[in-house]
Amino acid sequence: MSEAPFTLDGELKAAAQAAMAKYPPGRQASAVLPVLDLVQRHEGWLSRPAMDAVAELLEMPPIRVYEVATFYTMLRLKPEGKHSVRVCTSLSCWLRGSEEILAACRAALGVESFGTSADGLFTLEQVECSGACVNAPVVEIDDDYYEDLTPETIRGVLEALKRGERPQAGPQGGRQASAPEGGPTTLTGDPAELHAKAMAAAAERARARAAKAAEEAKTAKAAEEAKTAKAAEEAKTAGDAKAAPGEKG
Amino acid sequence: MLNDVDRIFTNLYGRHDPFLAGARKRGDWDGTKDILARGQEAIIEEIKAAGLRGRGGAGFPAGVKWSFMPKQEGPRPHYLVVNADEGEPGTCKDRDILRHDPHKLVEGCLIAGFAMRAHVAYIYIRGEFFREAEALQRAIDEAYDAGLIGPDSCGSGWQMDVYLHRGAGAYICGEETALLQSLEGKKGQPRLKPPFPAGVGLYGCPTTVNNVETIACAPTILRRGGDWFAALGRPNNSGTKIFCISGHVNRPCNVEEEMGIPLRELIERHAGGVRGGWDNLLAIIPGGASVPLLPKSICDDVLMDFDSLKEVRSGLGTAAVMVMDKSTDVVRAIHRLSQFYKHESCGQCTPCREGTGWLMRVMERLVSGEAEVEEIDLLEEVTRQIEGHTICALGDAAAWPIQGLIRHFRPELERRILARKRRISPGAAA
Repeated sequence: MSEAPFTLDGELKAAAQAAMAKYPPGRQASAVLPVLDLVQRHEGWLSRPAMDAVAELLEMPPIRVYEVATFYTMLRLKPEGKHSVRVCTSLSCWLRGSEEILAACRAALGVESFGTSADGLFTLEQVECSGACVNAPVVEIDDDYYEDLTPETIRGVLEALKRGERPQAGPQGGRQASAPEGGPTTLTGDPAELHAKAMAAAAERARARAAKAAEEAKTAKAAEEAKTAKAAEEAKTAGDAKAAPGEKG
Repeated sequence: MLNDVDRIFTNLYGRHDPFLAGARKRGDWDGTKDILARGQEAIIEEIKAAGLRGRGGAGFPAGVKWSFMPKQEGPRPHYLVVNADEGEPGTCKDRDILRHDPHKLVEGCLIAGFAMRAHVAYIYIRGEFFREAEALQRAIDEAYDAGLIGPDSCGSGWQMDVYLHRGAGAYICGEETALLQSLEGKKGQPRLKPPFPAGVGLYGCPTTVNNVETIACAPTILRRGGDWFAALGRPNNSGTKIFCISGHVNRPCNVEEEMGIPLRELIERHAGGVRGGWDNLLAIIPGGASVPLLPKSICDDVLMDFDSLKEVRSGLGTAAVMVMDKSTDVVRAIHRLSQFYKHESCGQCTPCREGTGWLMRVMERLVSGEAEVEEIDLLEEVTRQIEGHTICALGDAAAWPIQGLIRHFRPELERRILARKRRISPGAAA
């Protein structure tokens, strides 16, 4: 593969330096993932000269950058299609029909198993858990999640992308985020009111706690007083008893 | 059922403004300065009294974890690291906090950071959560602009910086020491413990790694009181929890409920019940891919908390409930998980690197029945040789789903093997 020369400069370099500023001095290697991501967004993929430039900027041995680039699945070591289509086939998605979704993607993109479509528009991949399991089945496309898919809706999304549109991401069945379809079973009230009520209840508990503590202190004080009185009484009795023999003597 | 007043994440579904104006209405950043004024020890004691156990899967008491940090700031700075690398199959709760209630997390970073004497928090978010990272970054920027965090957080005099760090697609980085390696710019391969992160963590400095939900719970607990949280759920299993209900239910969803809610009630009340009715249930994985599955007979009356699920030899894990009805090929389902662990093994320890592939290949044969009955015991034996013999818990996590399958569905495994034998040589197995 031809490896065009690459220079990290201009806005890209400024963005990389901003990413490096999040970490303590001397720890600039921490920025390797953010900087590789910036370069990949700019170039489409990570060529060896690009990785070398990142290594130079971060003062890392190039091999450390290659190690990172080969370890993380979101980093691409070869050019790919304009859109990255990643079908989640992990358990929750599989239970909700991810195999049909994958088949629909293949048919819509004309890709036999995985890889880039003939028009260079799409690269199809299978991924492990996307982390949107209650909205399964899920397909990640570029930076967005398309959720609650059917073979028809994913086909619609892909056709829209082919036409150059950017279809609405999120649940395709119309529900709100991770709420159950048909509307939430909880949290139907005004959250500000809930907060006010919760704080009132907390204040009430604090008052009850204080009252209980005061009551306990009062009881303890009364017990203490009774004890002192009793001790005094006993001392007096003992004194009388002690005194008695003397009187006799 | 938990009353809405006792819920923490009142914008779980994003029905309201996720950002500062909306968050303030929901009570975020209400009296934060006063909370900090109570002092480090009082905050940690309140979290201990609440009985908050870590929400990332292991369930370690959060207050105790915070108390492991050195009591004085030495020459090495302290760090709080928030694990937002959510990716345990079945789990999608932190995503809702990150995108719909991000200020709970940012405020939690300040309070927890202060309690452990850290001036810097890094939030490590999985790379795929791009939109969630955008939402969280916006919340962080808002908090800086309003003086809630920064050089004089909420006017308390405490300097707190919060930084977002995006990962790039590696499940293993959800393991706390792999996460630290990744944050240092290395491959995400777990470190040996000890030393524990509280002594030697990020950049060799004292560090505490907590899950998003754990940190995001803290401000509300401190506002409402540890006794409020402790009164919910059962002893040693207190509070509320976000449950993710996926798979074969009528209405999959996330919902915050009281710990210890019966599994059946959770599913029927919030997720519209099992597809085809409760009697159509085959099995449930109650806490994310790593915990053993439970057959219907146990699901009938088990409670959803750490200790109840441990008693039935499974676990609460991340509280990701994956429901499988009777149409499920349960052997294939577990095979699917074996593929996952094979894919995600970081390759560092031999038992895991070689073992996960081996488990997957044997599971493949058990799916088709192309195996001998004795191999079931061999498979079980191999899972025992992986479990406990690796640096991190990924090896255990690969072993447990298979052990659960053998424990509860052995007759199904044997049936397939014998059925296939009858198919290929009808006389022999008679």
